[in-house]
Amino acid sequence: MKSAVLGKDLLGLERLSPDQIRLVLDTAEPFKEVSERPIKKVPALRGKTIVNLFFEASTRTRISFEFAEKRLSADTVNVAATGSSVQKGETLVDTAKNLEAMRIDMVVIRHPSSGVAEFLGNRIRSNVINAGDGQHEHPTQGLLDLLTIRDKHGRIEGLKVCLVGDVLHSRVARSNIWGLLKLGAEVGVCGPDTLMPRGIEELGVCRFRRIEEAVEWADVLNVLRLQLERMEKGFIPSLREYYRVFGVTVERLERAPRRLTIMHPGPMNRGVEIDSRVADGSHSVILDQVTNGVAVRMAVLYLLAGGRPELAAAAKRASPPGPLSTSWRGGTTGAPE
Amino acid sequence: MSPDRTTILDARALSRALQRMAVEVLELARGTDDLVLIGIQRRGVELAERIAKLIEKEEGVIVPRGALDITLYRDDLETIGPKPVIGETRIPADLTGKHVVIVDDVLYTGRTVRAALDELADFGRPKRISLCVLVDRGGRELPIQPDIVGTPVKVNGGERVDVLVEEIDGRDEVELVKTGGGSR
Repeated sequence: MKSAVLGKDLLGLERLSPDQIRLVLDTAEPFKEVSERPIKKVPALRGKTIVNLFFEASTRTRISFEFAEKRLSADTVNVAATGSSVQKGETLVDTAKNLEAMRIDMVVIRHPSSGVAEFLGNRIRSNVINAGDGQHEHPTQGLLDLLTIRDKHGRIEGLKVCLVGDVLHSRVARSNIWGLLKLGAEVGVCGPDTLMPRGIEELGVCRFRRIEEAVEWADVLNVLRLQLERMEKGFIPSLREYYRVFGVTVERLERAPRRLTIMHPGPMNRGVEIDSRVADGSHSVILDQVTNGVAVRMAVLYLLAGGRPELAAAAKRASPPGPLSTSWRGGTTGAPE
Repeated sequence: MSPDRTTILDARALSRALQRMAVEVLELARGTDDLVLIGIQRRGVELAERIAKLIEKEEGVIVPRGALDITLYRDDLETIGPKPVIGETRIPADLTGKHVVIVDDVLYTGRTVRAALDELADFGRPKRISLCVLVDRGGRELPIQPDIVGTPVKVNGGERVDVLVEEIDGRDEVELVKTGGGSR
């Protein structure tokens, strides 16, 4: 059994193996049940201190992480860029080192610059979890999307999943593409040329120029948020025009040859990238994504918290695994009870 | 049978032990009115299921049963690292006022039972909790004792008890295994 199952940090899905991704999804399953208990809390991370360091606005992700941490009994502190010494010009590493001097165990970081999570992870001892870094990755969103697809369809392999909208600026899209491809899904992208990264096909994804083609092809549409400031910068002519050409509407879904699953990472712009009737309709698993987000984040926190390889190796040496000790408590008492 | 594995209970002996345990559970709980059987993942769950079925045959009533995975209540996440896959926890109903019988395969240090007691407390306030194990191998590290025991087993250093059940391992057996290792 490998103990440091995810390594020290969770930076992105590009780095994870298919087995590691499956491990997180499988570990998330029992955590779903914890949130349904009368007392929604287990002591697994008792005594751990986790800092949520958010340099960018976030409601869903921050609250989801906070619920996950609290339901695992960790102690949490939220630091926002505004109102902290970051405003006085302190560097990120100084901020983090000061936090470490107060004996923290993990940092969850959201930052507008790509690569910040890795930069930080290389400079502090605490586990670092990327909660979205610039246009790079948002791994826990990718994982919760995978879990939601697996819940709905019973599998990921062989499914056709299309990301619709602003792929260029989307870290959610990148994490989705890596995760889906690694688990054997076919991935499509669909959106205006101005919002598609050049050479996207080289990742092994199909490119659709018209939403109608994507609807015809896909089992799942993951509709990305159109950031409204994109219009000001000239990526799209107008929101109305975008909705007319790329909006996911009831009329378009009615022409789909099979029943589509509709996902959206939030926050939604109703009437821009998605029709309200679709968002609230029977195809939508958007709120399931939110529920799964807490379970996936609990799984990630739990797996990273246990990652003390040297201690685990010592414990393993103390009790050599027997032929049946694939499960811990299994029938064997050679393993620690 | 290889020389380093000794059978303690074969399938028939295991079946007899379970029948006796089922009767003892009924006596201890004075019938089935408030009885809930909770098996500890993984083999405890199968054993609880069997005991519940034996009671059903005897008494003609359905006994509520559940499963408990105590992984998240362990006290050694730091040293052992996370368990790869956590089993299901399924509690049939509010446990308040019930007589809960915890069922596990082997009782050793008592740490699993300690964790199970903590976890059960988060599901209600049973009027009583009892402990029923197939094998008591001694070696307690906590003040925890079983109420019902299938068989006590004396285990020396370098030996281990394996419980095998049909549902998971393909056959029913309890074995003493020489690991040749150190004090465990």
